[in-house]
Amino acid sequence: MGKKLIIMKNITKRFGDNLVLDDFNLYINENEFITLLGPSGCGKTTCLRILGGFETADEGTVEFDSKIINNLEPNQREINTCFQKYALFPHLNVFDNIAFGLKIKKLDKATIHTRVMDILKMVKLTGFEHRAISTLSGGQQQRVAIARALINRPKVLLLDEPLAALDLKLRQEMQYELKEMQRELGITFVYVTHDQEEALTMSDTIVVMDHGKILQIGTPEDIYNEPNSRFVANFIGESNIIPGKMKEDYLVEFFNKEFECVDKGFKKDEAVDVIIRPEDIDFVPPSKAKIVGTVDSLIFRGVHYEINVMIEGKEITIHTTKYRKIGDKVGLSVEPNNIHIIKHIKTCVD
Amino acid sequence: MMKLSLKRKIIRIIGLSFTVLSFLMIFTPILVILVLSINASTKGYSWEGFTLKWYLELFQKDVMREPIMNTLVIAFASTIIATVLGTMFAIGINALEKKKRIQMMVINNVPVVNPDIVTGISLMIVFSLLSFTLGYYTVLIAHVFFSIPYVVLSIMPRLKKLDPNLYEAGLDLGCSRISGVFRVILPNISTGIISGALMAFTMSIDDFIITYFTSGAEYMNVSTWLYATLSRGRSFTPAAYAYNIIIFAITIAIILFVNLKRDRKEKTV
Repeated sequence: MGKKLIIMKNITKRFGDNLVLDDFNLYINENEFITLLGPSGCGKTTCLRILGGFETADEGTVEFDSKIINNLEPNQREINTCFQKYALFPHLNVFDNIAFGLKIKKLDKATIHTRVMDILKMVKLTGFEHRAISTLSGGQQQRVAIARALINRPKVLLLDEPLAALDLKLRQEMQYELKEMQRELGITFVYVTHDQEEALTMSDTIVVMDHGKILQIGTPEDIYNEPNSRFVANFIGESNIIPGKMKEDYLVEFFNKEFECVDKGFKKDEAVDVIIRPEDIDFVPPSKAKIVGTVDSLIFRGVHYEINVMIEGKEITIHTTKYRKIGDKVGLSVEPNNIHIIKHIKTCVD
Repeated sequence: MMKLSLKRKIIRIIGLSFTVLSFLMIFTPILVILVLSINASTKGYSWEGFTLKWYLELFQKDVMREPIMNTLVIAFASTIIATVLGTMFAIGINALEKKKRIQMMVINNVPVVNPDIVTGISLMIVFSLLSFTLGYYTVLIAHVFFSIPYVVLSIMPRLKKLDPNLYEAGLDLGCSRISGVFRVILPNISTGIISGALMAFTMSIDDFIITYFTSGAEYMNVSTWLYATLSRGRSFTPAAYAYNIIIFAITIAIILFVNLKRDRKEKTV
């Protein structure tokens, strides 16, 4: 990956008594698709607005291309934004919305025309240039908003939950298209969402945030497979979190049985949380299984069944294509590399 | 069934007569003035034939020219100043945080609900405390003063409807803070600005009480001139009727124009 394009150092931001960003540190590489992921109110939008220049940090510095840009106005930054509700100009048609930035730069008419037509083609809206904004569907408005930002050829595009208002099918299509665009144009995308699936699909890097702090930074695979806390495990996909005890390196005990695992470095008999993804649990005949439980509920989800199994009074969720009746006795098995151990935190974050 | 339809009939007749009565009450006075303005008689109590001479007199003779010019000049000047200032205030107030915005709107609304007589007298006192000579400029200041709140009031709902990100999108795409206001905010609140300006203009043309207290001896607009003429026991020229009819016609024309334009706009969308 390229050089560090943006460095946010010790950023703190308060709204009144509300601490929104708490000593926030993040760097963003050139050409990276980075996603800030977290529940609403976690500070991700504020972070984006500080990058865009719409808010100023109370403390800390923002560096862009090795220059401190804290006090630069939004129009002096090589950064453009795609706003959550698109913020298209209702008094202008599609063409003039997209051409807005170029007209301010006072480019000549012919250049503006070619560039607008090119970008309309890229966002698949050729022929829409004279349409009024109010006549466009949500998806089309979304494309205009992206075109309007990208036509200025920014180094960084900030996207604030751009797909939140679209229906599922369209959202999935747009996810794919956005990723394609980013790859082709080689622009850094900073994407804000609370939708973990969206984050996993598109990002090179995911930043999981909560209460103004970064909990984990990593590739989608890292975040999904090796969540470093209960919060991340719960927020990214579904998880079974089981209290356990570390017997020795590579050996963990839960449900009063010992299991091999791939984690080490814990104290002997240290209390830990064991995280197992619902799709990582297999059914085996009860006679061959270490843990045995009864099927408590069953939901058909299309691709798989979601089956809840009661084991010693605790419910475990399993995603499987195998059918089991409610009340069936089932044996469960997990591969060692699908058992993730994290330190047990007494003060619950979630 | 029969009873119900009878009841409905009665309700309909009552409704209809109320409508007719309301229209009569609104338009009879205007109709009377219209008749008087084309009546050759100066007395106004008898019909002495059709004439347009009062309309001509309006522009030819000196009697009314000065008050009319005064009224129009003040109306245009105060409308322009009040619209510019009011638009700036509205945009500024809208950008405040919620609590301060509500407080500012309360302050803005005080002159609106304040009786004109209070506004007029208090302005007069302020002007004399500042030892301003009452006349043209004090009337202008007074008219700007009482018009601004109406401009703010008519722009505010437009601003509230705007996506708050719209202005930021303008900045993001290269506007400076000032040019963002011109390129993004103003075009989207233009209807509010126009209706605010029309309201300011009407308020100014219409005003008697505040003008009366802030104008001194020299300056007269049409309403204070009419009042002065009547109070001296003289009857005024029927040109005054002609003036009223012209103002009325202009108002109707503006209303029709605005409504037709809006209809057309709605059809194209």
